[in-house]
This record gives sequence, C-alpha cells and structure tokens, in this order.
Amino acid sequence: MNAVHPYDRLRSDLAQRDRSLREKVVSLEEAASFVSDGDSVGIGGSTMSRTPMGMIWAIVRAGRKNLSCSRCIMSSDGDLLFGSGACDQVITSWFSQSILWGISKVMRHHVETGRARFDEWSHMAIGMRFRAGAMGVPFMPIRSMLGSDVLRERPEAKEMECPFTGEKLLLVPALNPDVALIHVQRCDAYGNAQIDGLQFMDIDLALAANRVILTTERIVSNDQIRRAPDQTKIPFFAVDAVVELPFGCAPHECYGAYEPMFRHMEYYVGLVNADPVKGMQDYLDRFVYGPKSWTDFLDLIGIDTVLKAARDGKAIYDT
Amino acid sequence: MTPRPNNYTAGELLAILSGRQLKDGQVVFAGVGIPLLAATLAQRLRCPGLTILFEGGVIGAFVEPGKLPPSTNDQRCTRRANMVLGSAEVLLLLQRGYVDVGFMGGAQIDQYGNLNSSFIGDPKAPKTRLPGTGGGNDISSLADMIVAMKHEKRRFVEQVDFITSPGWLRGGDSRRDSGLSHGGMFRVVTDLAVFGFEPTTKRMKPIALNPGVTREEVQDNTGFALEFDHDTRATEPPTEHELSTLRTLDPDRLYIG
Repeated sequence: MNAVHPYDRLRSDLAQRDRSLREKVVSLEEAASFVSDGDSVGIGGSTMSRTPMGMIWAIVRAGRKNLSCSRCIMSSDGDLLFGSGACDQVITSWFSQSILWGISKVMRHHVETGRARFDEWSHMAIGMRFRAGAMGVPFMPIRSMLGSDVLRERPEAKEMECPFTGEKLLLVPALNPDVALIHVQRCDAYGNAQIDGLQFMDIDLALAANRVILTTERIVSNDQIRRAPDQTKIPFFAVDAVVELPFGCAPHECYGAYEPMFRHMEYYVGLVNADPVKGMQDYLDRFVYGPKSWTDFLDLIGIDTVLKAARDGKAIYDT
Repeated sequence: MTPRPNNYTAGELLAILSGRQLKDGQVVFAGVGIPLLAATLAQRLRCPGLTILFEGGVIGAFVEPGKLPPSTNDQRCTRRANMVLGSAEVLLLLQRGYVDVGFMGGAQIDQYGNLNSSFIGDPKAPKTRLPGTGGGNDISSLADMIVAMKHEKRRFVEQVDFITSPGWLRGGDSRRDSGLSHGGMFRVVTDLAVFGFEPTTKRMKPIALNPGVTREEVQDNTGFALEFDHDTRATEPPTEHELSTLRTLDPDRLYIG
C-alpha cells in the first residue's frame, strides 16, 4: 500500500486522471466518496495548523476503514482517525494532541494495544518522502536519522555510500498517497489554490498524491486567481475535487482566518485523555456522528469560541 | 554553602540559564516550550541579532509577549519574521549548514547526550508510546545542540531506551562513523547544573552548578557516574531583570510553570 510505485505505474495513474480545466466543486459528502477503504491518505497542514478537519470529519462519518494516513505532524486529527476505526496506520514524525496537553491517551491506547501502527520518521524524512513523490523519483538522500533507533525501526529506508563522495547517506522512499486532503484559504472552482502563511509540505503532498481533495475557506473567481498568480501554490491540474467549507479546520487553526479553538480543544482533550475509549466514543457521538452538517458542528463548538478564534486569527495582519 | 534561592521556578531557571548559552548573531533552530521561550528571552535581553528558526517554516521570528505559540507550527510563530517557507525547506537549512545552534527540550537523556522521545520500554511492545521525534532527530543530527530539561534520575540514565535524537551515540567517534559528520551535543542545561561533553570520550560532564546546588545533589539525581573538575564553578543566579522580562513574555505561565 505504501511501497514505492514503479515509474510506469506513477505515470499511467496520472495519465488516467482528467487534468482538463473544468469545474470540480462538490459537496463535502461527495468529496468523501473520493476516498476508498484501504487508501493511503496524505493529510495537509501540520499539528493544529491548516488541518483539513472538516474533510477528516466527513471521512469518519462515511465509515471509511483501514486507511493509512501520513502527515508531517499529527494532532487530534490522528486521534479521531484512530478512535473512529477509520485508520489503522499512521506515518508521521510526531503524534500527540499538542505539547500543551502532554501525551495523547488515544494514540497511546491504540498503539500500545497493537490496534494500530505508528510508523515514526524524522520530520525532514517525511518531507523528503513527499518531495520524492512530487518529483517522480523513487527516493531522496538525506543526512539525518543515521545512527539513531528511529532508523533501526524503519527498514524501508536504506543507507548507501555516495557514488561521488563516498559519504554515508540515507535514502528515504517516495511517498505517493492515493489521495491528499488539503485545506486552503481560497481557490477557484478549477482548484487553483492559494495558501497564506505557513505552507508546510502541502505543495509536495499535492503533487505527489494520485488524487487531491481541496477544502477551502472560500471559492473565488478564476479572474481573482489570475490577478495574483504568484499566490497560487497548487495548480488546478493536480486537483480533483473542491469543497467550499468555511472554518474547515475547526477546531484547529487556519492562518490569517482563525486561531485554534482552544476552549473546544481543552474540552476534547479532557474528555479523551480521561478515557481514550469511552471519552472518544462520547466525543464522536456528540460532535462527529451527531451533527446534521458541518455548520451544525460549528454550532456545537459555539459561536463565542468560533468568533474569538477568528478575531485572534485575523490579528496576525495587525501591525 | 549558599542557600538555594527561592524566588524563581525550575522552569524559569531553565529558560534563563539555557538562554544565556546563546550568542548575538547566531542562527538558532528552536523547539517549542522552554527553547522557544529561552531564545526569545535572549533576543530581548542581549541578542537583538539572534535569528530564530521554527520547524513550521519560519525564519527570524520575534514572538509576541503573551502570545506564545502552542507549537512551532502555528501562526503565532510567524510574528515579525523575515520569511515564511515550507517546513521541509526550513529543515533543509540545517542540512545545508546555515544553522549555528539547535535548541530543544528533552524527556530522557543518557551519558552521551542521546535523547529519547519515542518509547519507554521495548519498542516492539512499549510500556509507553511517546509522541516521537518531530524535527528533533533532524536538528540533533545536523547542528550543535543545546538541550534544556528537568533533572531527575529517571530522565538522566546511563543508556536511553531508544535513541530518537542522536547525541554522541556510543561515545568516541561513533557519531561520525555512523555518517553524522557535523553537529552534536554541546550543552545540557538543567534545573541543577550545566553540562558539556568530554572531547574524547564524549561523556557528559558538569561544567557549572546552579545556585545553591551541591555536587552530591547532582550525582544523586543522575543515573550514571559524573566526573567533576576540582573547580567546578557556580552559575550566577537569575537577575531581577531576567526574571521580569521572562515573566512578561509568558504571563500565563504556559511554559515557565
């Protein structure tokens, strides 16, 4: 599932995609159908930033199973994927809710009981795995992880002697997810996506994946995109579906739009870390399966919390 | 023996003493928590030309007092920065050699400065699965390191359960032999003492005792034998100015306890 794809397969998979300039706007529920059981899923953003929480929420609601999810750093998105049974393997460099709240009991419960796998790579290694995937090469050489037990646990990475210098290098395998989930501040109906602020590994992830689902705070016109093409970070032909989803990272943050919704995060962490099974089930029932729509979910978080996060998020532009 | 001052917390002492290890003009790659705070403190007090990098993709941040980021990947990290870039890109600056100092916290460390943030117990059947390396392995593989951490016997062990972030590995030339030709542990700052590393064996060695702390106390809280020099000095206590500036940066006591 996560083995390096031969180049012929990589090219033929891409050749089969409809890369024409066409409108791709779908509903959140329709977008979830772009993800199949057993898929490898690359997740954009990092920790509590620009996490495609709404898309993950929809995938959990759609009852997907056996997903293998990769992300540079996992936060409560990983908890929900494990806790709901949607995902049984995570590929990441760090996995907890946030350093503010210690170690995720949900992650611990699933990994320590053998219910799920947490494959650990260094942060740069994850980046170079997506980079290799985006470049259409089977690996990238790096100079970290060597000598560590992180490497000992990852036989998928190979040490080699550089043919030019004789130095020891580590080759990390390309990661080409079946599908990538990425949230952006704005994009047009074709999928030309503009990202403000921290871009993390999202550009490489988008180009590496075999399908890309964008959720966006706002769909703008193609004219608006063309007025500032230097702001476009993901080209339309890499994108397969576009969902307009305001506050689509809630309760995480979206740069320049809203900060994390700390009150809700603290409530969530208190609940699941007190009891990673029952607490998680309570949370899922109330906040994931219960709401009729994403707007309903935001309503449950509470208008005060959402507005405070939005006020703090926009303050990044104050001078 | 001077009594141990009690006008500051262990977290405050860690932030102040580790911040003193930085020099103006350096490029420092800082982790979240005490390192972020200590680097910001150094920038405010003595090092206006200190450039702070965050692994979320930030060059040259000036974090705002009272708005400490909850991780190094949040928008608060970008405040007044010179540049925002991809997280792989900022990590690659370590590999290229642009970073003078890596600055991290630690959960468990051993006599050669190896850090564990992955497993307690056997990795195949762990007693506790910890959150993992993040950028820690990259930073400690590629830069000279300062580590700030709490000093407890269970955290200062002869050999870590798992090497997440490499120090000097098994000492001597083992780090270089494994392919890590640059960087390595430089200083470990705790609430009891400041440590360096012996140049040949690469074992951790106390170089200064914190105010009011004895050698015996340091040894009693360390899981391996320490060799003290005859004249191990005592560190200057935090000044009122250092303490008040630090408390302004973290008014909610998010990281200073």
